[in-house]
Amino acid sequence: MLKFQSLTRAVLLGAGVSAAAMSAARAEDSSDPIKIVMNNWSSQVVLANVVGQLLEMQGRAVEYVPSDTQLQYTALANGDMDFQIEVWEGSQAEAFDKAVAAGALDLGAHDAVTREDWWYPSYLNEVCPGLPDWKALDACAEKFATAETGTKGRFVGPPADWGKHYSERIQALGMNFQEVPVGQAATLWAELQAAYDRKEPVVLFNWTPNFIEAKFEGQFVEFPAFDPACWTDPKWGQNPDAIYDCGAPAKGYLKKAGSKQLAEKWPSATEFLKKVNLTNPQFAAAAALVDVDGLTPEDAAKKWIADNEATWKAWMQ
Amino acid sequence: MTDVVVREPAGRMSPVRSLTPPLVAFAALIAITVLLAQLFPPLNDWPDGWVVPIRYWVTEAFAWLGEVAKPITRAIAWVLAKPLAFVEAVLYRGVPDWKVQPLPWVAVVAGVAILGHWIAGRRLAWFSGICTAYLAVFGLWPESMQTLSIVLVTVPLAAATGLGLGIWATRSARAERILNSVFDLMQATPHMAYLAPVVVLFGFGQVPAMLATLVFALPPMARCTILGIKTVPSDILEAGRMSGCTPRQLLWKVEIPAAQRTLLLGLNQVVMQTLAMVVIASLVGASGLGQKLLFSLQQLQIGKAVEQGIAITLIAIVLDRLTHAAMNRVPQRHPAGTPWYRRHAHLVTFLAVAAVAILLSRVIPGIGVLPRDMTLSFGAPINDGVRWISKNLFAYVKPVRDTLTIWLLLPIRDFFLWLPWPTFIGTLALIGWYLGGVRLALVPVALMGFIMIAGFWTPLMLTVYLVTCCTILAVLIGVPTGIWASRHPRGARVVNTVCDTLQTFPSFIYLIPVIMLFQTSDLSNVIAMLAYATVPAVRFTYLGMTLVPQATIEAAIASGTTPRQRLWKVEMPIAFPEILLGINQTIMMALAMVAITALIGSRDLGQEIYKALPGADTGRGLIAGIGIAFIGITADRLIGAWAKRRKRELGLV
Repeated sequence: MLKFQSLTRAVLLGAGVSAAAMSAARAEDSSDPIKIVMNNWSSQVVLANVVGQLLEMQGRAVEYVPSDTQLQYTALANGDMDFQIEVWEGSQAEAFDKAVAAGALDLGAHDAVTREDWWYPSYLNEVCPGLPDWKALDACAEKFATAETGTKGRFVGPPADWGKHYSERIQALGMNFQEVPVGQAATLWAELQAAYDRKEPVVLFNWTPNFIEAKFEGQFVEFPAFDPACWTDPKWGQNPDAIYDCGAPAKGYLKKAGSKQLAEKWPSATEFLKKVNLTNPQFAAAAALVDVDGLTPEDAAKKWIADNEATWKAWMQ
Repeated sequence: MTDVVVREPAGRMSPVRSLTPPLVAFAALIAITVLLAQLFPPLNDWPDGWVVPIRYWVTEAFAWLGEVAKPITRAIAWVLAKPLAFVEAVLYRGVPDWKVQPLPWVAVVAGVAILGHWIAGRRLAWFSGICTAYLAVFGLWPESMQTLSIVLVTVPLAAATGLGLGIWATRSARAERILNSVFDLMQATPHMAYLAPVVVLFGFGQVPAMLATLVFALPPMARCTILGIKTVPSDILEAGRMSGCTPRQLLWKVEIPAAQRTLLLGLNQVVMQTLAMVVIASLVGASGLGQKLLFSLQQLQIGKAVEQGIAITLIAIVLDRLTHAAMNRVPQRHPAGTPWYRRHAHLVTFLAVAAVAILLSRVIPGIGVLPRDMTLSFGAPINDGVRWISKNLFAYVKPVRDTLTIWLLLPIRDFFLWLPWPTFIGTLALIGWYLGGVRLALVPVALMGFIMIAGFWTPLMLTVYLVTCCTILAVLIGVPTGIWASRHPRGARVVNTVCDTLQTFPSFIYLIPVIMLFQTSDLSNVIAMLAYATVPAVRFTYLGMTLVPQATIEAAIASGTTPRQRLWKVEMPIAFPEILLGINQTIMMALAMVAITALIGSRDLGQEIYKALPGADTGRGLIAGIGIAFIGITADRLIGAWAKRRKRELGLV
C-alpha cells in the first residue's frame, strides 16, 4: 500500500512538473514538434538525440527527420526541417550559405573546429619514413599503387562533388599520385578497415571530429600550410603557375543551423539552441558511445546527458 | 556507306543466309566512320558547344512546377499523410495524447499468423508467424513497423491506381499504346532517378518516399490488369452480355472477378516492388528499416545491416507468400444459419488475442514491446567473418582482381572511350537494320543520339563499358551453372535457392564486403552488379535446356553423338533463343544496379543520378536515369529481334 502511495505521488509529482514545464514553454512557443535533422554518422545522430531529449525535458515536442547532408539545406530553407546540430565548413559551407540567403538561420559556431584532409594509418610511419610530411608520402608513392593506377600511388578521395580540388593539388605539387573518388563515406571506411586489418598502405580522405579516431590510429598528411591566397593566386606557394598548391584549412568551423520559422514559432527554444556549444572531445565522446560501446543512438544520448550535466545546464540558463 | 547498306535486302528471311554481306557492311561502316572521325573532330567527340542544355530546362521546369503547384502538392501530401498516420499509430506510435499504446508485438505476430491460416491453412500460419516474430526477437520491431506502415498504405494506393489505368487501357487502344511505352520507360529507369523530381515537388519524409514508391510500383499492376481483362474467355463475356449487364456491371461483376488471379499476381508484384524501394526511399527521408540499414553500413556494422536486410527480405517473403496463396484460396462456404462468430472465426480469434495482449501488456510490458535484453543478435560473428575474409583471402583475390582489371576491364574501357560516336551509333543501327528493318535501325539512333545531344556521352560510354564487362562475366558464370543445374535436379534446387536469396536481399549490403575485397574500383562495381545480374543468365539457361524436347535428345543419342556434340550441336542451338532472353535480362539487372553501385564510386550514369539527388538537380538525375532506360530499351529491342529470328529459323515459332 505504502509502495502504491509513493508511486502515485511520484506519478502526480512528475505530471505536475511536466505540466508546469509545458505551460512555461507553451506561453510563447508553438506546441508543434520541432523537426530535428538526423544524418547518417554517429556524432550527429547522438547529439541530435541529445538536443531532442533536452528539448523534451523542457516540455517541447520534437520529431527526428532523417536526411542527406546536402538535401537538408533545401529543407531548412523551406521549413520542412527546423534544426541541424552539425554544419561542416569543409563540405557544406556552400549549401549552407545558400540556405541562409534563402532564409535559414545561422545559430552560431561550436568551440569545436574541423579539419578535412589526406589521412593515413599510423603503421605507415615505419613504411614511409618522414611522414606525415607530404614529400615523404610522395617519395613512397609506388607502395600505394594498384592495377588501375599503374605506377602512381592511389589516393582514395572524397565523393567527386565535395569540391576538394585534390586532383588539382596533386598536379600543382607534381605528386606521383592519382585520386580515386568514392561514392559515399561508408566506402572510405570499408577501404580503411580492410587495409587496416591487412596492414596495407592506404592514404584516404578523412576528417575530424569523426568516429574513426576512436577506432583507428592515424594522422593527417602535412601539406604546405593553408593560406587564402593559395586558392586564388597562382604565384603563392611552391608552384608559381598553379593554385591549390597547399593543404586544406586546419581549423574549419562547425556551426548550428535553424529553419526560417524556428525563431518565429519557438523563440525561447531558439535562444536555447543558440547557446548549445560543444568541444572536439565532446563530439568524439558522443560518437564513441555508439561506435565503440555499441549503444543505440537514443541510449547513447541518455548516457551523454547523464555524463555532461554541467555542460547542458549552462545552456539552459 | 549507304550504297553498301542498300544492297543488303532488308527484312528478307531465309533459314540459310550468307554472313558475307552484313560483315562487309559492318567493316565498311566502321572503316568509314573511324576515318571521318579522324578528319572531322566533331564526328569523334560531340562538341560541348553543340550540347542542347535539356537538363537545365528540365531542372528549371521542375523548379517552376514545384513553386506553382505547391498548394496542390502540399494538399496531396497532407491527404496522403492521414492514412499513413493512422497505420503508424496502430503499429508503432500509439496515440500519446490519449495514452493509447500501439498494438503489442504479440498481437501483430498473432494477427499475421491468423491471416496466414485464413488464406492457406496451418503451414502458412506458422511460417508467417515465425517470420514476423523474427522482427521482434532481433530487436527491429519499431523500425520494421515503420517500414510496414509505408508498405501497407502504398500497396493499396498503387494497386488502385494501377487498376484504374489498366481498365482505361482496355477501353481505349490509344491509351494502351501510350501507357505501354510510358511503362516501358518507367520500368527501365532506375528507382533512384525518381527521387529528385519527387523531392522538388513534395519535399522530404515519409510521404514523398511513399509517392516515389507508388510511381515505381504501379506499372506491373496496370500491366496485369490489361492482361487479365483481355484474357477473360469470350464465352464468359457473352454470358454476361446476354444476361443484360450494363458496361459497368460487366466490368465489376464479370471481367474483374474473372481476371482475379492475374490481378492478384499484379498485387504481388506491387508488394515486391514496394519492398525493393525500402532502402532507396530512405535517401529522401523515409525512416524505418532502410534508414537503419544505411546507418549500419555507414558504421561498418555489416552484421547489423545483414540482420536488418533479412528483416526486409522476410517482410517481402511473407507478403509474397500471402498474396500468392490468396490467388489460390478457395472461399469457404458456410451453410445457412451458421452463427456470425463461426462465419468470421479468424477475425473473432484475432480480436480476442489482440484484446488479451493489450490487457496483459499493461501488466507485463514485454508483451507490448520486447525488452532489449531479451532480443538476439548474430551481428558480431558476421562482422568478424567479413573482416576475416577480407584479411585472409585477399592474397588469393588480388591476382584475380589484377588480371581481370588489366586484361578485361581496362581494355574495354579504353575501347569504349576511344570509340567515335558515329561508329557506335552506326553499328547499332546497322545491327537493327539487319535484324528488323528501318524501324529497328532508328531505335538506337534516336535513343543514343538523344543522350549524346544532352551532353552525357562519356557517362553513357562508361555505363556501356561496365554493363558489357558485367554481361561477359555473367554469361561465363551463369550459362555453365544453368547447364549444370539442368543435369543435376538436386543441384538445381540449391542453385534456385541461391538465386532467390541473391535477388531478394537488399543489394546495398553487398557493397561493403565487395569494397573490402576489391577496393574502390571499376571491378568492384562490376562484381556488385554481377551478384544480381548472373541470376537471369542461370535461370534462362536452365529453362532453355529443360525445354529441349526429349524426342530431339533421343534422336541425337540414337544417331551416336558424344555428350559434348549433343550439347554444342543439339541442345545449345535449341536453347539459344532462351539464353538470349536471359542475357537480355542480365543486361536489365546490371543496368538496374548501376545507380546503386554509384555508392562505391564510378563516373557512369548511375553516379550522375546519385549526384543529382543532394542538390535536387532534377534534370541531371532524370536524363541520366532515362539514359540508363534507353540503353536497356535498345538492348531489349535488338536482342528480342535476334531471339525471335533464331526461333523462326529453328522452326520453334
